[in-house]
Amino acid sequence: MTRIKNLADLHKIKEEVQSKNRLRSSLDYPEHLVQIKVGMATCGIASGAKETMKYLNDELEQQAIDAVVTKTGCLGYCYAEPTIEVTLPGKEPVVFGYVDKAKVVEIIDVYIKRGEQVEGIIPLNFQTIDD
Amino acid sequence: MDTVQLTIDNKPIVVKKGTTILEAAKGIGIHIPTLCHMKLDDLNIENKPGGCRICIVEVQGRRNLAPACCTEVSDGMVVNSHSIRVVNARQTVMELILSDHPSDCLICPKSGNCDLQSLAHQLGIREIHYKGEQSTYREDTSPAIIRDIDKCIMCRRCEMMCNEVQTVGVLSAINRGFNAVVSPAFEMNLDHSVCTYCGQCVAVCPTGALTEVNHTSKVIRALSDPSKTVIVQTAPAVRAALGEEFGYEAGTLVTGKLVSALRRLGFDYVFDTDFAADLTIMEEGTELLNRLSKYLEGDKDVKLPILTSCCPAWVKFFEHQFPQMKEIPSTARSPQQMFGSIAKSYFAEKMNIKREDLVVVSIMPCVAKKYECGRDEFKVNGNPDVDYAVTTRELASLIKLANIEFTKLPDENFDNPLGESTGAGVIFGTTGGVIEAAVRTAYELYTKKSLPRLDFDELRGMEGIRHATIDFNGFPLNIGIAHGLGNARKLLEKIEAGESEFHAIEIMSCPGGCIGGGGQPYHHGNAEILKKRQMAIYREDKNKTLRKSHENPYIIKLYEEYLGKPMSEKAHSLLHTEYFDRT
Amino acid sequence: MNDNKKQLRIALRNCGFINPEIIDDYISRDGYMALGKCLTEHTPEETIKEIKDSGLRGRGGGGFPTGLKWEITRKSESDQKYVVCNADEGDPGAFMDRSILEGDPHSVIEAMAICGYCIGADKGLVYIRAEYPLAIERLQIALSQAREYGLLGENIFRSGFNFDIEIRFGAGAFVCGEETALIHSMEGLRGEPTFKPPFPSVSGYLGKPTNVNNVETFANIPAILNKGAAWFSSIGTEKSKGTKVFALAGKINNVGLIEVPMGTTLREVIYEIGGGIRDGKKFKSVQTGGPSGGCLTTDFLDTPIDYDNLIDAGSMMGSGGMIVMDEDDCMVAIAKFYLEFTLEESCGKCSPCRIGNKRLHEILDKITSGRGEFQDIERLQLLSQVIKDTSLCGLGQTSPNPVLSTIANFEDEYLAHVNEGKCPAGQCKALLKYEIIEDLCTGCTLCFRNCPVGAISGERRQPHYIDQSLCIKCGVCYEKCKFNAITLS
Repeated sequence: MTRIKNLADLHKIKEEVQSKNRLRSSLDYPEHLVQIKVGMATCGIASGAKETMKYLNDELEQQAIDAVVTKTGCLGYCYAEPTIEVTLPGKEPVVFGYVDKAKVVEIIDVYIKRGEQVEGIIPLNFQTIDD
Repeated sequence: MDTVQLTIDNKPIVVKKGTTILEAAKGIGIHIPTLCHMKLDDLNIENKPGGCRICIVEVQGRRNLAPACCTEVSDGMVVNSHSIRVVNARQTVMELILSDHPSDCLICPKSGNCDLQSLAHQLGIREIHYKGEQSTYREDTSPAIIRDIDKCIMCRRCEMMCNEVQTVGVLSAINRGFNAVVSPAFEMNLDHSVCTYCGQCVAVCPTGALTEVNHTSKVIRALSDPSKTVIVQTAPAVRAALGEEFGYEAGTLVTGKLVSALRRLGFDYVFDTDFAADLTIMEEGTELLNRLSKYLEGDKDVKLPILTSCCPAWVKFFEHQFPQMKEIPSTARSPQQMFGSIAKSYFAEKMNIKREDLVVVSIMPCVAKKYECGRDEFKVNGNPDVDYAVTTRELASLIKLANIEFTKLPDENFDNPLGESTGAGVIFGTTGGVIEAAVRTAYELYTKKSLPRLDFDELRGMEGIRHATIDFNGFPLNIGIAHGLGNARKLLEKIEAGESEFHAIEIMSCPGGCIGGGGQPYHHGNAEILKKRQMAIYREDKNKTLRKSHENPYIIKLYEEYLGKPMSEKAHSLLHTEYFDRT
Repeated sequence: MNDNKKQLRIALRNCGFINPEIIDDYISRDGYMALGKCLTEHTPEETIKEIKDSGLRGRGGGGFPTGLKWEITRKSESDQKYVVCNADEGDPGAFMDRSILEGDPHSVIEAMAICGYCIGADKGLVYIRAEYPLAIERLQIALSQAREYGLLGENIFRSGFNFDIEIRFGAGAFVCGEETALIHSMEGLRGEPTFKPPFPSVSGYLGKPTNVNNVETFANIPAILNKGAAWFSSIGTEKSKGTKVFALAGKINNVGLIEVPMGTTLREVIYEIGGGIRDGKKFKSVQTGGPSGGCLTTDFLDTPIDYDNLIDAGSMMGSGGMIVMDEDDCMVAIAKFYLEFTLEESCGKCSPCRIGNKRLHEILDKITSGRGEFQDIERLQLLSQVIKDTSLCGLGQTSPNPVLSTIANFEDEYLAHVNEGKCPAGQCKALLKYEIIEDLCTGCTLCFRNCPVGAISGERRQPHYIDQSLCIKCGVCYEKCKFNAITLS
């Protein structure tokens, strides 16, 4: 990593990451991917998020689905852990709760591959500072 | 100077900024009760954890009550020290403390001397409304100190003494909440710790949680055994404090009554540790001069400064904490042990008493002396040179037990040959005294001249670390004095770092020296008492005709008849010792 | 505001959005912008003024104005000062600090560096409980990434400002959340509080001026500086600005972490965000402020939550624990539960907290085990008042709050225990009574055979009988009986 020496350096990194994310989520670009975030704070891990993430990775690889799976912190839905957020290219992110292995299969088969609705979506009930 | 104006109990008062409510109130005759707080003014010792919450007062505009001991005054402050809210809270807190304290006052060793007991009385506690479980712990008995921590009220005075003043670090609060108590780490026994038995924890404990091991019944048994000759020695600091136990003003010298009381108790001979103190000076002073002359001859290996070795807690301290420096202190035994050794050799032979039939009791201002007399190197075939060391306090209880009306006693003199002493022996009882006594003798032996003056004011005082340079006929002898082991540590660290300029250093474990010993009548946090005892010691010295150890006729005679000369082979085997690495 | 979006995430703005182990993710959401701007464009005084203007108050429980604290520490003259992050989260049921450190560690690091710049400190310390291994791990990763980018270390943003952060582990003592106790613990001393003043801002870690702020407080700082004090102070109530994170727990459907603007009502939190009471039961009480707080009733459901309103209601904000209780909860037992916690966590230094809480607990135990007397209620109140009035630190000064607030709000439950020997919620075992209804008992002997203490007797095919003096109220008979012949009263 290079040292950040001024605000311009900081802005550069910011834009790079943002444009990469834009590329991934936009259908217009060939690099687009399914993006999945797994809630991996203590609460999620305690409810099995590690197993969920591993199973998710394995299944996506086996089924040759182009996706990036990353870990993230807690969204606050502790009652519904493990939670994952799935962003299909060109679509709004969707958060699923109670994601065990069976749910992973369902999400991949129904939501990711066919783009159909799956039960267990947690409606976002908060505003962000950018809203 | 910045001042602050406030009112306490409707009385206006102007005090220095930074004063606490407690101090301010004291200045206008309002005595706010305290329990954990303790302040020994001249010694720079203060315990102020703000933990007991007895001294709480009402400060107008403040949400809760304020501890007077920790709360600094501020301008316009309105304090009420006895509003109904305060009194109710204070009594309730006291009841809570008592609810977790054994109520065996009648048979508690601290009964009559207990700060908690007096406070309960002062606060008029007649009922404990909140009774419940009491915390219980294992009792811990060591060679010198008993810990009955069921009686600990977490005032933390002992902890402060052990850690901040003495830097020994044995006692600290352990456990949490209701189970919190002051104890050695892992609740181990004191005798497995690095405790020096200095007894300063005992000296400040407000309750019966920390007391000395009591040997009075053993003394009584020995006195009643017709087959034994029982002799007694009394340390210099005892005569300056014993009177307090019988209602005398602090600083009253009761030497004559002390002798007469001991005789009435049935001791066959009443001797004086001061005699052995003179003997210590002969040995230690000679050792100093020997090392000094070797040093002046250019000997690089000579160990300087020489450190005094009469204080058993100090000895144990460096054996634990600075074993690498155990060659530096003088090898001279303490006066108590020199006395025992001479009593069970010279005196026993002279009187034709078998060693086993001679019982040596010592009256000491100290609890560490109990441990010292039990050390193996001070025994011959298992028989100790000193059989029992009892404290000033224990002696007072022995006198009371024997129905002796102390105040009515006539003044009597010590017996001979081990009862004669000089003023130099007397001043062993205070910080600075040993080194002053050593200077008086060493000067004359070194310069072969008579001292122009005997009072070395530059060596006296209550300052924790003091130093002075004495002109030894052109040679500037640098002297250091430390009392309190924390101060001793500072000097030792300097020596270790090679930064010490001193040729001789006196070290006493207890603040003030032996007058402030752990076996003395309780000072209850009043440092004035220690100062008065110190003044009494110097007064006793001044009253003596002989004030230099080497002029004590019985000391001269002892060397002529028995020991030869100081540091002789015989003197070595009887009067010197060795130290051990206790890490 | 959108009705189904009652929450506003400021402190939690990045949690669940970024990968906490990748600094670029944080930077992509304006991370380290605030630090960069402070160091290159603003003086410490300007920055402190911005924090003061925002109205941010300490989120650890005390609610002390953060900007003012920074200013006092700035004005304390010293060759060395420290920034301390209090991550010794200890309230039962509260875990927002852990969540922030696990989900967004850089926001705390950035804020600590800003604080260091403002008060004149080049050293930061995070005091975190060792029970938070994941938070520690993520914080360590974040620290090393920040160092690699030069966002910690020497000459940050070429401004000449140096700052670095060390992690200190706590052993998980609740009282070490009290700032003087925390500092003693970091110094290697026993974790117990000392009298204030001096405040840490004047004499703290190693006797040097030390600014102690809680994780959530710090997490707000970069957002405030990026979006401005005016934006932040437009959120919340008159005296409590911004948002507060709460950990919803207990008998509520949506257990979890929420962040709402100050001024949101308890009803909105419990029913709208929290999804109401579990199993359709009736709401009884909500406990805020952890063991130092109080239990509020339905009367307070429409109270806008802020520091002052909660105190007026007899509770407090605390660090944001919110435990919801339903009709099955016995309030005397709840008070006892909290007392048990403070009893465990009291350091034992001052007498009222050490012994007084023990006695409170003993009285509560007496009441819940059916031995309570009418005077015990008054005794609890009197003793509680003295403990509050005389304890050394915040722990003891607030530990009787659960007792006082349950007596104030649920006195009838206490009275039922002591006067009628009944626990209305059916929670206090000692007050329960299992009885056999003669008419329904078939004498099948199933209860007789299963009773572990032989308290049941009776002939086969004859109604059985429970000897109350032997019964241990285990409930086995009640479960086993096939004829509903056993009642619980």
